[in-house]
Amino acid sequence: MTVRPTTHPRAGATGVRATAAVAAVSAVNGLSRVLGRGSGTVAGGRAGLALDPGLLATLASGRRVALVSGTNGKTTTTRLLATAVAGTGAGSVVSNDTGANMPAGHVAALAGDPDATVAVLEVDEGYLGRLITDTRPEVVVLLNLSRDQLDRIAEVRMLVDRWRSALAGLAAPGPGTAGTVVVANADDPMVAWAAATAPEVRWVGAGQVWHDDAVGCPSCGGRITHPDDGVWACSQCSFARPEVVADVVGDELVLADGSRHRIDIALPGQFNRANAGMVAVAALPLLEAAGVRAADGGPPGVDLVLDRLRQVTEVAGRFAIVEHHGRPVRLLLAKNPAGWTAIFDLLDETPTSEAPIVLSVNARIADGLDTSWLWDVPFERLAGRTVVATGDRRLDLGVRLRYAEVAHAVVDGPLDALGRAVTSDATGSTVEFLGNYTAFADLRRLL
Amino acid sequence: MSVPGGRHLTVCVVHPDLLGTYGDGGNGVILARRAAWRGIDVDLVQAPSDRPLPDADIYTIGGGEDGPQVRAATTLIEEGTLARRAAEGAVVLGVCAGFQLIGRTFPDASGRLQEGLGLLDLTTRKGTGTRAVGELVATPAADAPRSAWGDPLPRLTGFENHGGISTVGPGARPLATVVHGIGNGGGDGTEGAWSGRVLGTYLHGPVLARNTALADLLLGWALAPAGSPEGSVGELVSLDDHEELALRTERLEAVDTPTPSGWRSVWERVRARA
Repeated sequence: MTVRPTTHPRAGATGVRATAAVAAVSAVNGLSRVLGRGSGTVAGGRAGLALDPGLLATLASGRRVALVSGTNGKTTTTRLLATAVAGTGAGSVVSNDTGANMPAGHVAALAGDPDATVAVLEVDEGYLGRLITDTRPEVVVLLNLSRDQLDRIAEVRMLVDRWRSALAGLAAPGPGTAGTVVVANADDPMVAWAAATAPEVRWVGAGQVWHDDAVGCPSCGGRITHPDDGVWACSQCSFARPEVVADVVGDELVLADGSRHRIDIALPGQFNRANAGMVAVAALPLLEAAGVRAADGGPPGVDLVLDRLRQVTEVAGRFAIVEHHGRPVRLLLAKNPAGWTAIFDLLDETPTSEAPIVLSVNARIADGLDTSWLWDVPFERLAGRTVVATGDRRLDLGVRLRYAEVAHAVVDGPLDALGRAVTSDATGSTVEFLGNYTAFADLRRLL
Repeated sequence: MSVPGGRHLTVCVVHPDLLGTYGDGGNGVILARRAAWRGIDVDLVQAPSDRPLPDADIYTIGGGEDGPQVRAATTLIEEGTLARRAAEGAVVLGVCAGFQLIGRTFPDASGRLQEGLGLLDLTTRKGTGTRAVGELVATPAADAPRSAWGDPLPRLTGFENHGGISTVGPGARPLATVVHGIGNGGGDGTEGAWSGRVLGTYLHGPVLARNTALADLLLGWALAPAGSPEGSVGELVSLDDHEELALRTERLEAVDTPTPSGWRSVWERVRARA
């Protein structure tokens, strides 16, 4: 359906190497699937990049790209943004929706859908600079930065510095250039410090449950105060919460003109309403540039976007409700203290405050090998529920729960753990399952 | 069996806003719970960096990033409470960045040496190679403090994640000898240091979750009757630590013999690097 200039690098005469590399991506992906080594997305991407290190840039060229990064909410926000754009006439959309968020995953996704004109890509925090260079995005969405897998990923401040230099190199949108619009969470001082270098930023007050990594001012080393109204500021220099174009207030998005727009989505939790608010702002430049109009013929507005987000009910199994031994089980994934804390907020929103919960923690490479983060999670809040600990590191969880004075059972194997939760609970309510990255994947494989 | 009558303990987590990056705040929770479970009246105080440090019986100082580490050290030196209380016999546990900053000098992000509190005769310099990251197991030194029950402390297990190289001076003693991992990293195979009632280590996990004997030693020091000689410990009843013991055993075995999940981890590492 799309007409491409004949000089397009993906099809042009200079692309012999790229063409071979794309063929390699497909071949390895096919082989990988046949061998049962997962969906093969990453393996194929690696093979392609090995043959042609410039492959990502080649595959992204000619497409309109949006990037989503941050510690928590990347996968969900990427899905929401892709959903907001797809089917609006803004073009067909490709997305790395398996969660493979490093360059090999991006290559695999783009190679798998050469016709898509829009790419919405989830990006690992450490690769944002590389993705900006290679894909020349029109939109970059920056959610939040907090501690996560410290054995593997740089400490928060190192990441902030890298983001800062990557974003400083962006061009503002203007006549003759698409440029880049950065949509950034004004409530996270680390994100605010990083994004301040970008030439065009639309700040959104998306909230921040986790302040513990943003107490020291990144500008002067002074102390950032977080008052109850959320308007944080450094007590020693001028660094403070930037002016926002939109604020997420409860279940409404409040724009700078004072208009209020209902965030009525199917995904649960305040953090998902915040993600939706970010997407409502981030989707507009993509829709406008594609000439999409609102129902009244005017320019597209946030209501058009928010309305489209209602169709998302789960994201790669997260938030899905499945049945196990006749009981509904809600599947939740969170990877770090900020994520677990946000999930506990979500649990408090649900009417069944005594719902049993299965907690599953692994510490494999993708999770981070150090389980010390469990001590930053307020498990005390689970007191009164039936709590079952499982996963490779269930013993770490058990000890943590003991010191939180939360009664618990420790059970080997997530299915047996679910079984224990069902049999020891008399309330009949939905069982909550909360796992970190590979623990969540383990359960989904078994169900 | 008796606990000093009416004894009250204050456990203070020092600057969790600056040195709370690696879950070491758990050490304060563990000490406070283990005291409370024994019927001791205990307060757990989180002491942020913008307020004066309260007088406490036990201070725990955790790991953190380079910038906040310098800020914490500067604040604590200016403020003076920690050094005064340590001189008065308070117990101090420093972990990772907290271990380095209770020594004499430690490096900032650029490698320049900063002044520490000098509670331990310890100097730390910036390492040149990769960070020490992974499981750490160390056998307590022959002259290390004995447990609250008078027997040698069992092996120490935890997770290390640091880039510094620490050298223990003549005024302090190494805590343990590394069996697996890096520890102090100066080539002498030592891990941690101690002197009087001040003890430092690179072990996260947090360290007291996996090493309850060390937790009880710190509590014993803090409960020693006033005026008793350094190194004496107050009496403690034992607790049902079967969950902690199971965790210890599992972690020590994971290092001793690569389990199937250990091998899976090696395979994942190979794939992640490919």
